[in-house]
Amino acid sequence: MFASLMGWVDARFPATKMWEDHLSKYYAPKNFNFWYFFGSLAMLVLVLQIVTGIFLTMNYKPDAALAFASVEYIMRDVEWGWLIRYLHSTGASAFFIVIYLHMFRGLIYGSYKQPRELVWLFGMFLYMALMAEAFLGYLLPWGQMSFWGAQVIISLFGALPFIGEELALWIRGDFVVADATLNRFFAFHVIAVPLVILGLVVAHIIALHEVGSNNPDGVEIKKNKDANGIPIDGIPFHPYYSVKDIVGVVVFLFIFALILFYAPEFDGWFLEKDNFVPADPLKTPEHIVPLWYFTPFYAILRAVPDKLMGVMAMGGAQGLLFLLPWLDRSPVKSWRYRGPYFRVALTLFIISFLALGYLGTQPATTLYTNLARVFSIIYFAFFILMPFYTSIDKDKPVPERVTMK
Amino acid sequence: MRTLISALFIGLMSLTSIQAMAASGGVHLDPVELDLSDKASLQRGAKTFVNYCLSCHQASFMRYNRMAKDIGLTDAQVKENLMFASDKIGDTMTVAMRAEDAKKWFGVTPPDLSVISRARGTAWLNTYMRSFYLDDEKTTGTNNTVFKDVGMPHVLWQQQGYLSHDEETGHLEHATEGELSNYDYNVMIADLVNFLAYVGEPSKIQRLELAKWVLLYLFLLFLVVYPMKKAFWKDIH
Amino acid sequence: MSNTVDNSKRRFLTTAASVVVGGAGAAAVAVPFVSSMLPSAKAQAAGAPVEVDISKLEVGQLMTIEWRGKPVWVYRRSPEVLENLASQDDVLRDPESDVIGQQPDYCKNEGRSIREDLMVLVGICTHLGCSPTYRPELAPEDLGSNWKGGFFCPCHGSKFDLAGRVFKGVPAPINLVVPPYYFQGDSRIIIGEDAQGAA
Repeated sequence: MFASLMGWVDARFPATKMWEDHLSKYYAPKNFNFWYFFGSLAMLVLVLQIVTGIFLTMNYKPDAALAFASVEYIMRDVEWGWLIRYLHSTGASAFFIVIYLHMFRGLIYGSYKQPRELVWLFGMFLYMALMAEAFLGYLLPWGQMSFWGAQVIISLFGALPFIGEELALWIRGDFVVADATLNRFFAFHVIAVPLVILGLVVAHIIALHEVGSNNPDGVEIKKNKDANGIPIDGIPFHPYYSVKDIVGVVVFLFIFALILFYAPEFDGWFLEKDNFVPADPLKTPEHIVPLWYFTPFYAILRAVPDKLMGVMAMGGAQGLLFLLPWLDRSPVKSWRYRGPYFRVALTLFIISFLALGYLGTQPATTLYTNLARVFSIIYFAFFILMPFYTSIDKDKPVPERVTMK
Repeated sequence: MRTLISALFIGLMSLTSIQAMAASGGVHLDPVELDLSDKASLQRGAKTFVNYCLSCHQASFMRYNRMAKDIGLTDAQVKENLMFASDKIGDTMTVAMRAEDAKKWFGVTPPDLSVISRARGTAWLNTYMRSFYLDDEKTTGTNNTVFKDVGMPHVLWQQQGYLSHDEETGHLEHATEGELSNYDYNVMIADLVNFLAYVGEPSKIQRLELAKWVLLYLFLLFLVVYPMKKAFWKDIH
Repeated sequence: MSNTVDNSKRRFLTTAASVVVGGAGAAAVAVPFVSSMLPSAKAQAAGAPVEVDISKLEVGQLMTIEWRGKPVWVYRRSPEVLENLASQDDVLRDPESDVIGQQPDYCKNEGRSIREDLMVLVGICTHLGCSPTYRPELAPEDLGSNWKGGFFCPCHGSKFDLAGRVFKGVPAPINLVVPPYYFQGDSRIIIGEDAQGAA
């Protein structure tokens, strides 16, 4: 009965073929470790954000005069509104935590390297789209941080030569951040950017499944196939990784629920204090800090004492990540078999990224600004010097087959 | 369970205390114990709020009947003791004073207090309400150590009395005695802050109530899915 | 033979023509969508001048007025402040206010104002649009012993003196903007418009 129904469907739509290509006959390396949970977790959070977002739009009002009150209306008067809102606000930060760990995995195991350059590029575009989505969404509660955060970020475009001012005006739709800005940010946040994100997710996964997953050893499992053409070190994604990822999902949800229920503001890191004050175009809060996931780039921006150069440095800090597959000249993918130069460089890079993230949350004192300059230089040096240190590095021999640790 | 979790978070958040310091302009803030389950404290706080704050400040997102239910009063009790006759029980806590008038009288519109506890923090509120001191240069006659040149007068002067500010040591001393002892006044403010914390997020009661059930469920789910993973992976080496 | 060559040429030419004409159509369709995001007629019309009563403004005091949704500061400077203005030229990026467009011509002077004691400024940092804080005190701890009063931007640490002139070594590129304004008698300023005939 079921078989004949599937036969009918398959003659008209490749349901079984898709199921097999992407799940039951997609062979993933059997040695995935902890770091490989974050891809599926990112999918989970994406679904969470879309579902909670849809329900929030049912009560939210994208109007400068009503927006702030409508969020509190959701928090108080709407049945379970507080839960849906906290799921969405905690989900936003969770999304970035998951994505940063997912990208870190790519860095340590060389998942961006040939033949996965496009997987990495699609992923980087996803990261950019996600940052845009978060920035657009942060204006919607129309609190002080929403307003002044948007004011600063839109002004970044104003730093571009010739067209800058006009461009900023076009983005705002008014001479200052105003109702028109809020209204269009709402449109971008709820439909335009999510569509882009969904499209990129599909591209990211299709590209991945075309070349196959990397693994902690950086060994291509497709090089060793059995008589049936199945990689010897590969196991079908379903059921093996679907059941494993479910465990990861439950553990993740446990931590997520802990934060959501006991510390949804996360002491001002997930919901900033000043955002409980309605937007006031006449007064900037004393300590304006972007949401934590932007702070590394924000610190780089502040470190440069020139408007245009600062904006370019910030853009460059993100742009260089795109070039990673072509900057890295080493034939070895995984951290496990990399030479000392790369290991030191990557460690310094991670330290700089975290330090910049911290400095971006602090007031711009002379000491902190100078520290931010030092870490910014390390950040850029990691990329710019990469072609040199990776080509002369003393890499270790890579095994033929994956190892189970 | 809750203490354990709080301990975990306090550890994580010690990093962030600098932010809190910065918000007060460097003045030390006295934290206050909050207890949303202490109905008596919430009721006392509500009374102070209605009698002294609500004439100028509103809490325009807070409904009277929601408050009644959450702080353990009946609608009738709230109607009789905590409301103006003209308001309906389903109304929010608004004031009759027009914003423009307020701006004329105080220089600023008194802010809505619905989410003030989340914007300022409860330690700030607790300190602010106890830190008015005499200052001849102000038209209100008082100033405040945590909010310099504040437009609000010392509304609770009858209860606390007036304080004077020692420029050198920074200490506040009683210039005149109030109706309440220091201890009683501190309790009055702690109750008020407790109430404002409730008003800032009424759903918190519901949130903390639900939390343990969700966590318990996820724990049980883990007990099921982990053996499932083990069973599938038995033969993978 | 000649037919095939002819045909491939024809294919190329017709394809090229279709791409060009079709592309022009697509570009034309984009125009109304892109233009719809420009400030609407309503937003354009909202820039009316505002009138300010300065009779109660004390020396050292700063008032903030909303003009076109932006904060505009009006404050009264003391003689000491005016004296200090001249002594800081070496730490300023543009002490003579030479950059075009940051003030009306009638305010291109030392104090960047029509009347020496009375300063009018758009309170928006020329870096990324935050509103700087008024810090009139001398040599506060966080701003150093050379601070003679001015504005400090909390967002990215830009500093300006009490004429709104930017310091060297901070991210803001130019001085704070002086809006067009004129006096109507001694105690009223009209902000957002040049004096009749003066423009």
